[in-house]
Amino acid sequence: MSTETDDIQQLADQEYKWGFVTDIEVDAAPKGLSEGIVRFISAKKNEPEWLLQWRLKAYRHWLTMTEPRWPNVRYNRIDYQDMVYYSAPKQKKQLKSLTEVDPELLRTYEKLGISLQEQERLSGVAVDAVFDSVSVATTFKEKLKELGIIFCSFSDAVREHPDLVREHLGSVVPAGDNFFAALNAAVFSDGSFCYIPKGVRCPMELSTYFRINAADTGQFERTLIVAEAGSYVSYLEGCTAPMRDNNQLHAAVVELIALGDNAQIKYSTVQNWYPGDKEGKGGIYNFVTKRGKCAGKNSKISWTQVETGSAVTWKYPSVLLQGENSVGEFYSVAVVNNYQQADTGTKMIHIGKNTRSTIVSKGISAGRGQNSYRGLVDVKRGATNSRNFSQCDSLLLGDKCGAHTFPYIEVKNTSSKVEHEASTSKIGEDQIFYCKQRGLSTEDAVNLIVNGFCKEVFRELPMEFAVEAQKLLGVSLEGSVG
Amino acid sequence: MLEIRNLHASINGTEILKGINLKVNAGEVHAIMGPNGSGKSTLAQVLAGRDAYEVTQGEVLYEGKNLFDLDPEERAREGLFLAFQYPVEIPGVNNTYFLKAALNAIRKHQGQEELDAIDFLKIVKEKMKLMEIDESLLNRSVNEGFSGGEKKRNEIFHMAVLQPKFAILDETDSGLDIDALRVVADGVNKLRRKDNAVLVVTHYQRLLNYIVPDFVHVLIEGRIVKSGGKDLALQLEEKGYDWVKDEVDNQPVQA
Repeated sequence: MSTETDDIQQLADQEYKWGFVTDIEVDAAPKGLSEGIVRFISAKKNEPEWLLQWRLKAYRHWLTMTEPRWPNVRYNRIDYQDMVYYSAPKQKKQLKSLTEVDPELLRTYEKLGISLQEQERLSGVAVDAVFDSVSVATTFKEKLKELGIIFCSFSDAVREHPDLVREHLGSVVPAGDNFFAALNAAVFSDGSFCYIPKGVRCPMELSTYFRINAADTGQFERTLIVAEAGSYVSYLEGCTAPMRDNNQLHAAVVELIALGDNAQIKYSTVQNWYPGDKEGKGGIYNFVTKRGKCAGKNSKISWTQVETGSAVTWKYPSVLLQGENSVGEFYSVAVVNNYQQADTGTKMIHIGKNTRSTIVSKGISAGRGQNSYRGLVDVKRGATNSRNFSQCDSLLLGDKCGAHTFPYIEVKNTSSKVEHEASTSKIGEDQIFYCKQRGLSTEDAVNLIVNGFCKEVFRELPMEFAVEAQKLLGVSLEGSVG
Repeated sequence: MLEIRNLHASINGTEILKGINLKVNAGEVHAIMGPNGSGKSTLAQVLAGRDAYEVTQGEVLYEGKNLFDLDPEERAREGLFLAFQYPVEIPGVNNTYFLKAALNAIRKHQGQEELDAIDFLKIVKEKMKLMEIDESLLNRSVNEGFSGGEKKRNEIFHMAVLQPKFAILDETDSGLDIDALRVVADGVNKLRRKDNAVLVVTHYQRLLNYIVPDFVHVLIEGRIVKSGGKDLALQLEEKGYDWVKDEVDNQPVQA
């Protein structure tokens, strides 16, 4: 083949740049999963009885379920008894400020480019840093408190706002929703909770960095965001993970609730977990359930995701459009390289009248990566005059990768309108040559072309995140096109 | 500036260029004319470094360097520019952004400071006027949805911004109406300097009414069979390429 293809391959073959391991004493549960472990986790976190019962119910339900095999991905069966379900950095006392945080931890953050001090001082981004399942430090809490905004770890929320948590937990993703959601409900360790009161516009982007660290520790994060009538919040989730040999399971659950009229939630993800080595060994299994509910009239939920990591990704950020005139959006860039596999997309469930949804999915496949878009647009009988527009574009880099599309459309009334557009293209040697003739390197050419391809999604990201996403894309596709 | 010596090149085993010799000095404009399939565009692509073509014999010296030692992007950074016959669309990539990246890659290579957005825009505005380019072309994606004429104008606009030492215009006149042709030619003429050179590849003589060449070369079946001054183009227009072919066929050996 041409040198362009070779160059592209070289770019794609770059090593994972952010693979490093932090050595921190771990306070972990023994391997395996049982009712005893569920009780251990709950006790460890001093949880109220109702939450323990909720976990146990989920666990018992999970026992009756089987792991789904329908996604278009292949991986070795997971031995659920060979995993550790809880680990937390040992903490001797409650921390009042960052100076009390383990310096080793802080160094890890710095490597990731998320120095909390800097964030606190400069960027106006409140970071609830989740490190191996336990929140270490929360910034800007005071500022948010003045507005009545609650932004804290899930554990803190259970302690300090039990009624809110109890009311909304599992209201969008029920404990027994699916195999991985049930597993999460049984053993979730921590996560983030966010509550925006009526009429409040959250003045800053709320951000949580997740990071998988202890070996063989599944990550079971749980995020719950509730927005009352007339409120607005933009939430950022981003992560990188250290290099590992064994596959690590990540089965998070995210629930968004646009509760009242005109409530708006914007949820942005940049995900860069270790994708495995060039032969496809190791890497994270990312089996995530993300769902939002637009309960209020004119409410809006928008998902934007940039997925460059994980060995296997399986996730469908979805929106239940219940309120009249409510709006659901899904903007996605999914990149697979080497032996990465992704089966991702969305579900837009139109229930209320005049509901609208937009789906823009950009899949990029390089190396031997396999990328599937799977989407459902379900317009119920009562969702009259609803509209959906879907656009699914795939870009192939090289000739050993694959792109697949599985769109499902169900419309049960005659006044709604659904549009679906799809395209598949190969990054052209012509395009690369044109860029090179103007003085750009192959790497820059590929970055440029791929970023152009993803533009419609990137412009939905908050500014600083968009820059990060572009860089990430560069890193993931360096040597792989993209 | 550029010296081509006995250049042979082929694609998929078929020889297209069969021994080209050509010398271009700074300040000169050369025109390569020839019928379809004579190898004009191949010559342009080979000089720019398109790897689909295999150079089987000969060499090209550019500013004293062996051109074939340089990757396409290195040639570009050394001041070699190709205005494409079929400019490529790059969806989602802003034309101005693209040009800025290109110019800075070139400047960096040449040891100049990279330009920030403000300084770059100054240059763009100035060249835009010079080239009579509509501002909307700047804000659109590179060549995406451009008409044929807009694409060609955009190529010359790129050339104006990047200020190459050696520019190759590959059939820049094809697909242009007479007004667009004039604008493009004016643009090229405004860019002519003592220290740069232009190679105009064209099928028709009409472009050469506007860009007056110092030398005209006739390329037939992979060889330059006749060279002359600007009048040669007029003769070709009048008598057609068959006239040159006949003349060549009647000669015993072509040097």
